[in-house]
Amino acid sequence: MTEPLLRLSGLTKAYPGVVANKDVSFNIERGEVHALLGENGAGKSTLVKTIYGLVKPDSGTMTLEGQPFQPPEPRAARAAGVAMVFQHFSLFDAMNVAENIALGMENPPPQAEIAAKVRTVSDQYGLPLDPDRIVGELSAGERQRVEIIRCLLQDPKLLIMDEPTSVLTPQEVDILFETLRQLSAEGTAILYISHKLEEIRALCDNATVLRLGEVVGECDPRQTSARDMAELMVGTVLHVPEKADKPAGETVLALNGLSAKAPHRFGTPLRDITLEVRKGEVLGIGGVAGNGQDELVAALSGEMRTGKTMISYKGDAIGHLPPNARRKMGLLAAPEERMGHAAAPDMSLTENAILTAMTREKLTTKGFLHWGKARTFAEGVIAAFDVRTPGPQNAARSLSGGNLQKFVIGREIMQAPEVLVVNQPTWGVDASAAAAIRQALLDLAAKGAAVIVISQDLDELMEISDRFAALNEGRLSNPRPAKGLTVEEIGLMLGGAHDMEVAHVDA
Amino acid sequence: MIMLEKRPQPSRGWTFATPVVAVVLTMFFGGLLFAALGQDPLVTIRTIFLDPLFSEFAWFYRPQLLIKGAPLVLIAIGLSFGFRAGIWNIGAEGQYIVGAICGAAVGLAFYPMESFIIFPLMVIAGASGGLLWAMIPGLLRVRFGTNEILVSLMLVYVAEQLLASMALGALRNPDGMGFPGSRNLSQYESAANLEIIAGSGMHWGVLTAFLAVIVAYVALSRHIFGFNVRLSGQSPRAARFAGVNPGLLVLICMAISGALAGLAGLFEVAGPAGQISIDFNVGYGFTAIIVAFLGRLHPVGILLAGGLMALTYIGGEIAQSNLGLPIAAIQILQGMLLFFLLAVDVLTNYRITWARKIA
Repeated sequence: MTEPLLRLSGLTKAYPGVVANKDVSFNIERGEVHALLGENGAGKSTLVKTIYGLVKPDSGTMTLEGQPFQPPEPRAARAAGVAMVFQHFSLFDAMNVAENIALGMENPPPQAEIAAKVRTVSDQYGLPLDPDRIVGELSAGERQRVEIIRCLLQDPKLLIMDEPTSVLTPQEVDILFETLRQLSAEGTAILYISHKLEEIRALCDNATVLRLGEVVGECDPRQTSARDMAELMVGTVLHVPEKADKPAGETVLALNGLSAKAPHRFGTPLRDITLEVRKGEVLGIGGVAGNGQDELVAALSGEMRTGKTMISYKGDAIGHLPPNARRKMGLLAAPEERMGHAAAPDMSLTENAILTAMTREKLTTKGFLHWGKARTFAEGVIAAFDVRTPGPQNAARSLSGGNLQKFVIGREIMQAPEVLVVNQPTWGVDASAAAAIRQALLDLAAKGAAVIVISQDLDELMEISDRFAALNEGRLSNPRPAKGLTVEEIGLMLGGAHDMEVAHVDA
Repeated sequence: MIMLEKRPQPSRGWTFATPVVAVVLTMFFGGLLFAALGQDPLVTIRTIFLDPLFSEFAWFYRPQLLIKGAPLVLIAIGLSFGFRAGIWNIGAEGQYIVGAICGAAVGLAFYPMESFIIFPLMVIAGASGGLLWAMIPGLLRVRFGTNEILVSLMLVYVAEQLLASMALGALRNPDGMGFPGSRNLSQYESAANLEIIAGSGMHWGVLTAFLAVIVAYVALSRHIFGFNVRLSGQSPRAARFAGVNPGLLVLICMAISGALAGLAGLFEVAGPAGQISIDFNVGYGFTAIIVAFLGRLHPVGILLAGGLMALTYIGGEIAQSNLGLPIAAIQILQGMLLFFLLAVDVLTNYRITWARKIA
């Protein structure tokens, strides 16, 4: 069999003002794990959407097992044997696993039959999953298993996975990789999209690198260093954030037994979090999404009010203060969700600058807005953080995810905070922008501010943190110096933060 | 196949063009409707849209335009704050009635005393009445999470019953020989909402409406309150992050819309209507919802839309008396206007693309 499983020839897709894919050609062989690499906006999404039948190419052809392949819609792609696990899950929280799987089927068999199939497949591939559990109660890793099993039930020839490990603990990543290797050994090809180059090196047989919509190179990831691949992706020499050693300063922010009820049904309660953050340090908080990250940020930003003395800032109890009072004191935050939380999508960047900078940058007098001053401030953020946009009058939703993230983080940093809390600062951001954001956070700490970085990306936390703590089911482990922590230790902290304190008295 | 594709930015051009396109479409399909009723469409459209302004009797109709337009604009300006923030006060009609009752009651309590203080007191009472009536759905929503659409709407019918009982009971004219309805306030000088310039239709309510437009414009474009209102409507989570207290914002928006509707009711009862009667309310509170959306929730847009809506009222009356057109036809025309506006509005945020038929 010389014909590859999937052959892409000259795929081109243009949107108004941007060419998403330009003459993209490569092959995927049966049973190979093929990595698709590229920065945000390099055209990876458009390409996989083309394969999955969500986007029609302007020109170019595809063949699947030698037959012309031109799926007009995902249903046709699935019928031909192409399945996809998206980065964002499409699951209903209030339904159980089997019901969710039935919803994605053309002619769903009875529930009992689906449940039995789910059990078989989950045993076969080492993906433990109970079909009767309610999805709202599952961890992100388990939710992903639902999506994967949903795909496997179709018996696919090609499985596309978009950033699958961004929500997993290291242990869960290992389980996933075992499953993928088993699938590949059975002859299923996998198209694997990720930013995490070390993973690609561990898992993939082949890699295609996209830049600005074009294939700029192919490589064997097992033979190529992560740095070389990153530079191929970015097209320039990559700048690695530099961390200056400095002595720890005095405590600025202290959490004293911070507890809070879950704000909604699928939220997480915060349980007795005690923590001191010192001037000039970067405190990394790791953990799988849904373990209280959003709630912790809300409690710190002032969106969620807690007991007055549970949070103290420079010795003052501030747990009861609203967001703008905290901003005035110098405690700023940037939540995870950019669209609709950190920024209002339909408002201009100038208006989005007012959103949080109004108090500290004195953008109002007696409630009246200084539009000129706000615009100047927004322009300052755009210039300092290399936000790619025609100008501050553009709506936030017209920016790509990475650019908006640079704007949101930049907006807080430009206000010279004394404590900055950021949640997932580089989520979905391309390599060079992520490096720039991390460097900016380090620079801020070097100037004497305390920075709390909450992230699922452990590599990122290890790179920039002075101390590391893990958040698990609303509990925070004792922070430990980040230097010298091994992946296994971190994994254990993430899996059960509270048990760690017994096992290791001090590091 | 016709596809709708989301624009990266709301189109500025279409933001201004949609009301115009909607009016043109309404004229066209309204014309077809009138043709089906056996009328000459061109004559009917001219009668409704042009005669009130340019016919030989326009000297009579032009003041009417201000009198009909003022309450619409005043109420719609109030509603626009809530609508922008995602707070749906549908019961302005009820707040209008209660404002009129409270204002009239204060005026009647002083009868027959003459003092310059009476009319200002009535204004305060009218605004407070509407405000308090609007607080009922507001507080219920903030405290118990009830739906303000349903509560405010149902309170309209309560207010109508209250109006009837007032007209027949407490506020009935003691010298009225048993007929329902209060004394005529427009004939009681200290309580009358008089024309500022005689014969112009320019009464205190018209002035207040213009002032409301200016204040609303400044608040929405230059003040942090307007910013918070817009932010809350577009992204409630971002608003909370920005420090907006959502419950307080609900109450403030309900208070503004209630107070302005109450004012409109007071100016109407003390001026053009003259008395509290069973059929005092004629639907300004509901039509103002159309006016608010037709004006894109923008103060200047609302001013123009209020004028246009008043025009269809007056033109509709002319068409009724001169051409014998049924009133239902006029109401359909007004409904069409809102319908086409909402339909064409899609083009502000989406563009139409012609996708090739999939093989």
